[in-house]
Amino acid sequence: MLLLLFRLSFLSFFPSLSLSQHFAPTGTKPHQRISVSLNFKQRKQREEKRRMMMKLDTSGLESFSAAVPSAMAAAEDQLFAPPSFDLPAGCADFDKFQMEAKQTLKHAKGTTTLAFIFNQGVIVAADSRASMGGYISSQSVKKIIEINPYMLGTMAGGAADCQFWHRNLGIKCRLHELANKRRISVTGASKLLANILYSYRGMGLSIGTMIAGWDEKGPGLYYVDSEGGRLKGNRFSVGSGSPYAYGVLDNGYRPDMTVDEAHELARRAIYHATFRDGASGGVVSVYHVGPNGWKKLSGDDVSELHYKYYPVQPTPVEHEMVDAPPA
Amino acid sequence: MECVFGLVGKGFAIVAADTSAVNSILVHKSNEDKVMVLDSHKLLGASGEPGDRVQFTEYIQKNVHLYQFRNGIPLTTAATANFTRGELATALRKNPYSVNILLAGYDKGVGPSMYYIDYIATMHKIEKGAFGYGSYFCLSMMDRLYHPDMSIEEAIELIDKCIIEIRTRLVVAPPNFVIKIVDQDGAREYAWRESIKSPDVSMA
Repeated sequence: MLLLLFRLSFLSFFPSLSLSQHFAPTGTKPHQRISVSLNFKQRKQREEKRRMMMKLDTSGLESFSAAVPSAMAAAEDQLFAPPSFDLPAGCADFDKFQMEAKQTLKHAKGTTTLAFIFNQGVIVAADSRASMGGYISSQSVKKIIEINPYMLGTMAGGAADCQFWHRNLGIKCRLHELANKRRISVTGASKLLANILYSYRGMGLSIGTMIAGWDEKGPGLYYVDSEGGRLKGNRFSVGSGSPYAYGVLDNGYRPDMTVDEAHELARRAIYHATFRDGASGGVVSVYHVGPNGWKKLSGDDVSELHYKYYPVQPTPVEHEMVDAPPA
Repeated sequence: MECVFGLVGKGFAIVAADTSAVNSILVHKSNEDKVMVLDSHKLLGASGEPGDRVQFTEYIQKNVHLYQFRNGIPLTTAATANFTRGELATALRKNPYSVNILLAGYDKGVGPSMYYIDYIATMHKIEKGAFGYGSYFCLSMMDRLYHPDMSIEEAIELIDKCIIEIRTRLVVAPPNFVIKIVDQDGAREYAWRESIKSPDVSMA
């Protein structure tokens, strides 16, 4: 009762306002009701009034706890609050979380692989070390993947990504053969893989691969990576040791090499890359792709190769140490 | 860094682009053709991220061909430019293509024209333009030396001057360039400017 009286007295205080404004629904915007343009001060006053009026208007509808001291109110809120839980970590910002997850999983392409075309076909070579940061997790990884008997793929980047998608590519190539009664070209196979990788762009795949093969047009070599790039070329090297391999490969390359010379060039290039790059090592595998398909030429441990290329020289002793003569 | 530039002359348009495919410090290839022949009378010079560049330009090329198959007549250069810009704009707020494009074409009755299309779908019809780090050197040169209705010899001279300037002044200058021309006889390769020749393989 007392509250009602207070409200009525408040109303009488502002006789200028028309009755319709008092009982207008709270959701209506001010500018819809007032067509006359008011100056800033008047508008401010009107807003304040409306706010005060709205507060007063709902005072009767407020819960019991608002009328009592605030401490009690807080306790009441906790008791009557709906059950809640902390959001799991990373859910506050999904985009940032995904970026962070990708960064943690991002291993630089710690490897050395190379491939080149010459007159007798394609040579493909790779090391066999897998590293996780500073830890060598394996020295015997197969980085040259046999897609089908006449096509090879190399692995650089995420091992699982490369293995899975090369296997998937092998399936697609086989399906193409069955559907079209002829083998798929290296161009076609590399384009299939490049399109698949392009559609997964930005999702954290890490693949730097070379597709090498022999088809109706002769030897073919394509570089395909998880950024969506696809390049046709004669010489490629991929991985953290690739600049070192390029140095040796570019200098020794001639289109008219024999298979043995090309074999030795590839082996030497990978060896030199493993010597300088910490993320490459293990065993050098060299394959040759000819008109009848691929053939593995060799698999040599790089440390053995080191002593083969640079045998130990007996070092001349500068000062010979002799026992002191007994006193 | 990728350089694409071009200009419109008397009855023809020229587009030149560098030909290196680069990955951080490594040059994978020095003879990558970045000026695509869209159809008989259109050239599309593109620079940008490798995957996007190839995929987007091939997509535009196939759609241009599709229009011609369906309707029996080829698209005009202006229509192609607007279509390309529209595709870039649609993709912009979802997954944008990072490709910058110079589209040059010859239309009967209209003559040669060139359009500058940005990676954020800006489009301008221009007489001369350039993208990439090379543009810092080429644009002022073209502003100074260009005049409307240049002959082919004058235009090629200007393009060569730009290439020499890029090779002289740009720190990681691409060694090789390809020049393509489009006029009433069609779109075709005009010349390569190579300072590094990669050994070619003779197929057995």
